[in-house]
Amino acid sequence: MSLIFTPAVIIEQIINGLTIGAIYALIALGYTLVYGILLMINFAHGEIFMFGAFAGYFILAWLFQAGFTLNHLILSIVMAFVGGMLVSSALGILVERLAYRPLRKAPRLSPLICAIGVSIFLQNIMMLFVKAKILMYPDVFPEETVDIGPISISYFQILIIAGSILMMAGLYVFVKKSKTGKAMRAVAEDKETAALMGVNVDRIIATTFAAGSALAAVAGVMVGMYYSQISHMMGFVPGIKAFTAAVLGGIGNMPGAMLGGYILGVAEALGVLVLPAQYKDVIAFSFLVLILIFRPRGIMGEVVAERA
Amino acid sequence: MMKKIWAERLNHGWQSILTMPGWLQFVLITGFVAVLPPFIGNYWTHVLAYVGIYVMLGIGLNVVVGFAGLLDLGYVAFYAIGAYSYAFLASPKFGIHVPFWMMIPACAALAALGGALLGIPVLRMRGDYLAIVTLGFGEIIRILINNLDALTNGPQGLLRIDPPAIGSFQFTTPTHFYYLILAGCLLSVFITSRLNNSRIGRAWIAMREDQDAAAVMGIDILKYKLMAFAIGASFAGVGGIIFAAKMGSIFPDDFSVMVSINVICLIIIGGIGSIPGVILGAIVLIGIPEVLRAVAIYRMLAFGLLLVLMMIFRPMGIFPSARRKLELKKED
Amino acid sequence: MDILLEIRRLTKKFGGLQALTKVDLLLEEKMIAGLIGPNGAGKTTLFNAITGVYAPDEGSILFLGKQIIGKKRHEITAIGIARTFQNIRLFPNMSTAENVLVGHHCQMHAGVWGAVSRNRKTLQEEAMAQRKVMELLSFVGLEGQEDQLAKNLPYGDQRRLEIARALAAEPKLLLLDEPTAGMNPQETLSLTRFVSRIRDELGLSILLIEHDMRVVMGISDRVTVLDHGVRISEGPPEAIQRDPRVIEAYLGRPSERVRKRSRPPHKNL
Repeated sequence: MSLIFTPAVIIEQIINGLTIGAIYALIALGYTLVYGILLMINFAHGEIFMFGAFAGYFILAWLFQAGFTLNHLILSIVMAFVGGMLVSSALGILVERLAYRPLRKAPRLSPLICAIGVSIFLQNIMMLFVKAKILMYPDVFPEETVDIGPISISYFQILIIAGSILMMAGLYVFVKKSKTGKAMRAVAEDKETAALMGVNVDRIIATTFAAGSALAAVAGVMVGMYYSQISHMMGFVPGIKAFTAAVLGGIGNMPGAMLGGYILGVAEALGVLVLPAQYKDVIAFSFLVLILIFRPRGIMGEVVAERA
Repeated sequence: MMKKIWAERLNHGWQSILTMPGWLQFVLITGFVAVLPPFIGNYWTHVLAYVGIYVMLGIGLNVVVGFAGLLDLGYVAFYAIGAYSYAFLASPKFGIHVPFWMMIPACAALAALGGALLGIPVLRMRGDYLAIVTLGFGEIIRILINNLDALTNGPQGLLRIDPPAIGSFQFTTPTHFYYLILAGCLLSVFITSRLNNSRIGRAWIAMREDQDAAAVMGIDILKYKLMAFAIGASFAGVGGIIFAAKMGSIFPDDFSVMVSINVICLIIIGGIGSIPGVILGAIVLIGIPEVLRAVAIYRMLAFGLLLVLMMIFRPMGIFPSARRKLELKKED
Repeated sequence: MDILLEIRRLTKKFGGLQALTKVDLLLEEKMIAGLIGPNGAGKTTLFNAITGVYAPDEGSILFLGKQIIGKKRHEITAIGIARTFQNIRLFPNMSTAENVLVGHHCQMHAGVWGAVSRNRKTLQEEAMAQRKVMELLSFVGLEGQEDQLAKNLPYGDQRRLEIARALAAEPKLLLLDEPTAGMNPQETLSLTRFVSRIRDELGLSILLIEHDMRVVMGISDRVTVLDHGVRISEGPPEAIQRDPRVIEAYLGRPSERVRKRSRPPHKNL
C-alpha cells in the first residue's frame, strides 16, 4: 500500500465512509423496522432498494430527455426521490401482502426461505425488464466541491449525509410521536394485545413495510445519483451490508441501525486504506460473522434469551 | 372394445409399479439409469452427469437442512474447498499429482473440517442469523479464491487438472464420469439412509421436533448439529473434487452463491428430507435449464417464484419424506 | 440410606422476580419426595435448575456428592437425572417406541461409524435397546402401542409415555412434574400406584410436583412446601398437613378464610 496516511486523507476517507454509511443506515432502518415488528429478516429488502433506484432512474431519464432538468433541476431530483419512494413503498406493501402475510404463523425458516424466493424473483424480473443492461443515471448533477484546506467534500456528499439524517430523524419522530408510530411500537411488542386494543395489525404492518421501503428507495436514488451506475444485481451486496449494519447496531433498534450504518461505512472506507480494494466486501462480511458470534445483540440491542 | 382392454392393462401395469416395494423400485430405477448412456449420446450423458453432481450436493445439504434443520446458505464454500484442494494437488500448478482416489477421502475430510470450524461458532445462533452468516462465509470464500492469485490463479482459474485414473486407464469421456457420479450418488444415498435410521438419525429428528426436550432427554444438541454440518460439508467436498476432475478446469465463478441457492432450491422444491425429492429437484431445476437454453434465462425467475409458492402452499416440497409431511402438514 | 440429591440455599431471580430464595432440599436413595406449593411457588423453576435448564444465581446442587450446577442439560441426564414436563413435551411426530428410544440415547454409544457400517456391536446395541423399549412400554402399560404416533395417543397414555421415555435414560432420580394433571380419579389412583411401583421395583428416587394432595400425601415419604420461592415447611406428610404455615399459604390467613363447617384441609387444592 503506497498511500500516505496524512490526516487529510484519513478525514476524507471518513467523510466518504459517512456518505456510504448514510446509505447503509437508510437501508438498515428498513431491515430493523420489519424485524422489530415481524421478527423476520426481509431478505428481499435489498431488491426494494434496487427497485427504488430504477424508478428514480426512469423518472429522471424521462425528465432529462424532455429537457425538464435544465431549468428545474431541483424539482426533477425531488420528483425522482418521490417517485422512487412511491414505487418501493408499493412494492414493499405488495410483497408483504402476497408473500409474507400467509406465513405469519409458519415456523421461522419458512418466511426466510420465502423472502429469498422473493429476492431472486425481483432480481430476475428487473433483469428481464432491462435486458440485463447496466443503466446510467443522467449526468445532471453539480460536481462542485467545498474545499476546507486540503480536504475536499462534494456537495453531493453533504446532500447525502444531511438528507439521510433528515429522513431518519423524520422517521424517528414519526415512530415516537405519532399515533401510527405508537401503534407500530405496540404491534412490535405484542401483536395479540395490540389487536385486542383495537389496532389494525395488518394495516400497521403494511405501513411499516411502506416506511422501510421508502427509506430504501431514498438510498437507492442517492446511490444512482452518486455512483451513476445501476444494475439489477445492485441490491445483493448492499442488502447484506445494511443487514450487517442493522445487526451491529442492534436489530430492532432504530438509532442502532443508523449508528451501525455509519460505523460500517467508516470502517469500510478506512479499511480500504490498509487492505487491497478487492477485499472491501470482506470487511463487511467479516464484521457480520464476528458480531453474530461474539455479540449478537449488537451495540444497542437488548439481550434476547435465545438458545441455538 | 380393444381400447378398453388396453386402458385396463395400462392401469393395472401402473398400479403394480406404484405398489412395488421401495427397494425394488430403487433397483429398477438404478438399472434404468445405468444403461442410459449408450442410448442418449454424449451431450445428454454430460448433462445427466452434471445433474448427478447436484444430486450428491442435494443429498449432502439434506443432512444439514433436512435432518438437522439448519439453513446453510454458504454450502458452496465446502464445494470450493473440495474442488480447489484437488486442483492444488493434482495439476501443473504446483507440480504435485496426487491420485484422484486418494484425494477423495482427503477432500471429504478437509470439507468436514471446514464445516466443523465454521460450525463451532455459528451453530449457537438462531436459524435466520445462521442463514445469513453462512451466506457471508460463502461469499468470503469466493472473494478469497478470486483474489489470492498466487494460490488460486484468481479469475484465470486452475487448468489441466488431472483426470481420475485406474492404472493406465483414464476417465476422459462423459460416460466415464457418468458412471463415477452414479456410483457417488449411490454411495451418498447409502450413507445418508444408514445415518437416518440410526441412533444419530433419531437424535436429529428429536432435535427437530423439540430441541429443548431433546436436550433434557440426554442429546448433546451442539455436538449433533456440528456432526450434521460437518457430514453435510463432506458431501460437498466430494462433489467438488468430482466437479474439478470432470471439468478439468475450475474458476472462481463456478463457486458463486448461486450454487448454494440452487442446492437449497432443489431440496426445498423437490422435498426436504427425501431422496426421491432431491433427485426430482435436481432433474427439474438443474437438468431442464441446462438443456433448454432458451428457458435458462427464466430459470432463476421460476426458482424465486417456486420458492415463494412452495413455502406458502406446500412447504414440505413436491416429494417429501413421510415424516416431513407429517411435521409440516397444516393442522386440520 | 445415602443422600442422592442435596440442594443448599438455591436462589434464582428473573429480572425483578425472585423465583427461588435460599431453598434447601434433601433427597435420599429410594425415597419419594413431594414438592408442593401454590401456583407460582417456584416448583418447576426448581426442576429446571436441577436439570440444568436455568443456572441458579446462588446456592449449590450436589448429586451423589458432586456439584452439578454449570453442567449442560444432556450431561445431567447422563449422570442419572431424568424428568417429565408439566405440559407434556413428547416428540409428536415420532412413534411411541421412537420416543422411548430417544430417551435411551444417553445409554447408547453408536456414532457415525457404527451408524454407517452397522457392525455387530451397533446391531447388538440396537437390539438391546429395542428390548429395553418394549420392557418399558410394558411396564407403563402401553404394550401394543409401539407404532402409534405420540401426538395421537390419548392424554393419559401420553403421560405414561413421557414417564417411559424418562425411565429409558436409566436415571437414579426421576423428576415428575404434575403427572396427574388433568386426570380423573381412577387414572389418578392408577398413576399414584404406578409411581410407587417405580420406586419399589426400579429402586429410583422420585421428586414429585403435584397439586393433588391425595397423591402427594399418599405416597410421599417426605414433603417440601414452597411458597413464593421460599421453603416454608418440610417433613413427613402428616406433619405438613397440620402445619399452620402450609394451610395459610394455600388458604390464606384464618381471618381471610370463609367460615365453613370444619373439614380436612387436604382435599384437591
